Amino acid sequence: MCLAVPGRVIDIGEKDGTRMATVDFGGVVKEVCLEYLPDLQVGEYAIVHVGFALQRLDEESAKQTLELFAELGMLQEEFGDPWEQAAQAGGAPWPFTDDSDDSDDSDDVAQEATRQ
Amino acid sequence: MKYIDEFQDPDLARRLLDDIHSTVTRPWALMEVCGGQTHTIIRHGIDQLLPDLVELIHGPGCPVCVTPLEVIDKALEIASRPDVIFCSFGDMLRVPGTGRDLFQVRSEGGDVRVVYSPLDALKIAQQNPRNEVVFFGIGFETTAPPNAMTVYQAKKLGIRNFSLLVSHVRVPPAIEAIMQSPSCRVQAFLAAGHVCSVMGTGEYPELAARHRVPIVVTGFEPLDILEGVRRAVHQLERGEHTVDNAYARAVRPEGNPAALAMLGDVFEVTDRAWRGIGVIPDSGWRLSARYRDFDAEHRFSVTGINTREPAECRSGEVLQGLLKPHECEAFGTTCTPRNPLGATMVSSEGACAAYYLYRRLEITPTRTARTAAPAPTARTAERTATADAPLEASPVA
Ligand code: SF4
Repeated sequence: MCLAVPGRVIDIGEKDGTRMATVDFGGVVKEVCLEYLPDLQVGEYAIVHVGFALQRLDEESAKQTLELFAELGMLQEEFGDPWEQAAQAGGAPWPFTDDSDDSDDSDDVAQEATRQ
Repeated sequence: MKYIDEFQDPDLARRLLDDIHSTVTRPWALMEVCGGQTHTIIRHGIDQLLPDLVELIHGPGCPVCVTPLEVIDKALEIASRPDVIFCSFGDMLRVPGTGRDLFQVRSEGGDVRVVYSPLDALKIAQQNPRNEVVFFGIGFETTAPPNAMTVYQAKKLGIRNFSLLVSHVRVPPAIEAIMQSPSCRVQAFLAAGHVCSVMGTGEYPELAARHRVPIVVTGFEPLDILEGVRRAVHQLERGEHTVDNAYARAVRPEGNPAALAMLGDVFEVTDRAWRGIGVIPDSGWRLSARYRDFDAEHRFSVTGINTREPAECRSGEVLQGLLKPHECEAFGTTCTPRNPLGATMVSSEGACAAYYLYRRLEITPTRTARTAAPAPTARTAERTATADAPLEASPVA
């Protein structure tokens, strides 16, 4: 959870008066809040933690870190389906796989993440 | 050096290691504060590549591990209420409370949802105005600013059905508590890089000077750890004790000023209990008076919580660097990731899980020496002494 993943800003916009960006984490795309790095620009890299850009990062270090995280399976850990991971860790099948009627946001988030 | 080819830049790794090997003349004990660093160390066998004279001690820096049992039990109780949508980061799902975890609460019908960002929880609150949406706000200085911003947004947008169950912790008071322990063996710290991305390095010079302990701000990639160890060892050998930033690509001395300003607005410093360790003064944050309406503990009177830590779990000692995970009697037998007794076995950043996952099962010869007299810090003495008795709710503010 404390992992902060470098990502590249691909688009910047505003939502509810908040500066938000679309950020690419080596293939996984997510919405990220830019309020803590308001002058971050499209094309730049930042380390992102739980949906917030926290510090700028140069392109080379960002790419190296992303490569390493991908190799070690840490991107999957960060963006994969957390219920599945928890079930696996517990050695039990997750009983709610048939969740089609449950269209809540968290599941969207998880699905979005696995659609890399 | 059997693991070294797995490093991203094996040549650089070799050079750093050679430098460390040729510098060390005496035994040194270094504590890596962050659980992410612990996992890198164990995963890449960094501790085994270092000279025998350099020992790495694992620190308390795993937010999931240090969240007090009492707070987990409060989360479980709130999440079980029929009108509540309980949102959490994924790694809290299997942290054992007294008798069950959030995973079980959902299988019993509770509406528990996993979010990637606290802002996702706020969105759920907007979309479900008839439900109370509670977000489990745990974490260190890296996670606190996002949660602070979310509460600020909730207030700004007038979202009344959102609240935060807060259990935020701060690193410098934990370092202070570790240094004050009579059994402390730590001679240098590898500070948690991402915490410093937010907080900067301003809190550390005074700590380093007072305890005469080098503090090296370190990232969590294999080469970052080696460089952090290298710089710490150089300081130790020279008898220096300053703050050194070995993670300059992500840490500015001033930290992130916007995040610091938001933290100061939404939160205020408070004493906090750390799971397995006890109360550390000024080591946490709670919502400041202006945001008290958004405090889930105030909104839901969660009372009658009777917390019970499994007596055989020694995670408190693991978290303070007094015991290596495999030195715990329960390690790998009654305590495994499938059936964890303590949070350090369940969290992806926990030291027990790291040892289990990477098969560090050997018992070190120093076991008896190190575990004979686990002298806890003054404020935890009482807690350890009564480890067999059910613990009454500890004073989490
Ligand atoms: S191995 Fe299990 S019981 Fe022992 S300290 Fe770690 S979490 Fe606790």
